[in-house]
Amino acid sequence: MPEKISLLIVDDEASVRDSLENWFREDGYAVRCVENAKTALQLLEEENFDIIITDIKMPGMDGLEMLKRVKSLMPEAIVIVMTAFATVDTAVQALKDGAFDYVTKPFDPDDLSHLIRNASRQITLKAENIRLREQVINLENVEDIIGDSDPMRDLLKEVQRVAQSNATVILTGESGTGKELIARAIHANSSRRFFPMISVHCGALSESLLESELFGHEKGAFTGAVYNRKGRFEMADSGTIFLDEIATISPKMQIELLRVLETKSFMRVGGNKLITSDFRVICATNRDLKQMVDAGTFREDLYYRLNVVNIRIPALRERTSDIPLLVNYFIQKFCTSMSKSPVTIEKAALERLQEYDFPGNVRELENMIERAIVIGNGKEIKVRDLPLSKSSNMTTVESLDELEKKHIVFMLDKYEWNISRTARALGIDRVTLYNKMRRYDIEKPE
Amino acid sequence: MNLIRLISLGYFDRQLLENVAEDVSACFTLKTETIVHFHDLEPYYDSNRRQYDANRLLAYIEAEFRQEHQKTIGLVSVDLFIPILTYIFGQAYLNGYAAIASFYRLQNELYGLKQNNLLLKDRLVKEINHELGHCFGLIHCYDPLCVMRSSTYVEDIDQKSKYFCTKCQSHL
Repeated sequence: MPEKISLLIVDDEASVRDSLENWFREDGYAVRCVENAKTALQLLEEENFDIIITDIKMPGMDGLEMLKRVKSLMPEAIVIVMTAFATVDTAVQALKDGAFDYVTKPFDPDDLSHLIRNASRQITLKAENIRLREQVINLENVEDIIGDSDPMRDLLKEVQRVAQSNATVILTGESGTGKELIARAIHANSSRRFFPMISVHCGALSESLLESELFGHEKGAFTGAVYNRKGRFEMADSGTIFLDEIATISPKMQIELLRVLETKSFMRVGGNKLITSDFRVICATNRDLKQMVDAGTFREDLYYRLNVVNIRIPALRERTSDIPLLVNYFIQKFCTSMSKSPVTIEKAALERLQEYDFPGNVRELENMIERAIVIGNGKEIKVRDLPLSKSSNMTTVESLDELEKKHIVFMLDKYEWNISRTARALGIDRVTLYNKMRRYDIEKPE
Repeated sequence: MNLIRLISLGYFDRQLLENVAEDVSACFTLKTETIVHFHDLEPYYDSNRRQYDANRLLAYIEAEFRQEHQKTIGLVSVDLFIPILTYIFGQAYLNGYAAIASFYRLQNELYGLKQNNLLLKDRLVKEINHELGHCFGLIHCYDPLCVMRSSTYVEDIDQKSKYFCTKCQSHL
């Protein structure tokens, strides 16, 4: 037994109390005995017990009445009812009132051990379940979204505010900004968190596939429909459905979706039974839906149905101060998953990352760090480990001289300040490189 | 210095008493003393259950034989019960001075098998060690071979050894 399970025995017969107490103490349980229901209820107000074992026939309040009162006070309590005068009626009544089990005295020693073992297992499983739920919630908590910049703080505040409501949410933002992560955070902080969050990537599915995916289908509805299948809306009952890339759905699906959002009921493909499901909708897009409405490619009524709350997720270039935090987070993540010892990142590399405009946003940064850890020296991520050369931010360069200086620094970084190799790569001799370094005041960093 | 006393109550084979005492002494590495106590068990008989009340017998042993630094176990050949259970092999006061054990349900004959005195002695030694273990403060153990493993059937008793596991031994 990992933790000592506590038992409360309620019986008016001293011999029964003593026998049970003795038996359970030998099994390692913490046991308390009382002789009537009134004392038991008083004790339960002061102390918690994992399992309560009560006799039915007792002077004053009987065991069945006590069971009802215990259950009204503590619905989760495990109460075992025992009697020497078993009848079907009392057994049915006890179980209806929420008794864990009903046993007749005397019991077989093995039955008693099994009974308590099963009750203990239920307690352990319940505790484990609570612990795991907490872990799952923590995994997807708002706190797990990395960022300390003002735009991120505002976003997180909005997420927490929106999570409490049941409103439909549209998440907008560039590709790779973490729209699904924000959707998960909204779900994890809502009252629906103990129910599933179902994700559908609308852009990845053709119209007919999406229809079958969302609404489900009946056996024989189309070629290949060899069995009945629940749709995502049905699966998301009591939970949340996340529709990614909502802008890509066809006009026909837009009508279908509008109807489902309004009625929360639908029929499976090939079915004739109306199915009702209680779900919250969160959708995401990297396109401007309003513009699509104006252009006539997205239904206006659906747009207004979806656009109850609109959350814009900032691009990474709008929150460059979060880059060091994100880099550390990804380094930890990938070093752990690759079973490597933690690496650091050199200052110059971090600066280069903060200068970069990240068209692929956090996803691009994540991939960059993963790649750098794979190809790097295993100790420190250097500029040359980062694939920044193609799109490094040159827009701030104003003159040719400045451009030349930046390129020389970049090449020196790449070749670890080895003059010969850098000069060779630049197609100039070493003396020229030294002269240019002197001219542009370029010095090797400490 | 601790002493273990094995006291037979009612009819009990003298040779069996001596044999088990020797094994118990070896397992506990303590001196044992055997006493043949001619005590009438009739007052402990429950005619409704046709068994003997172990709680009352245990209380009698405790009252009659309790002594500091001594653990006493009463041994009987009759079927024992406690109010809540259909039968017991034995019982003890946890961290107390007295215990009781019966060989009635340890006999092969009761299960339609051939009499086996060696097996009976072996089972009785395990039962005595188990109950005395409780007197020394040990609770049930999950080690399948430890004598402190809970046993509700004779088959369970046969599967464990008569010795204490390292963990239980360290608490003795």
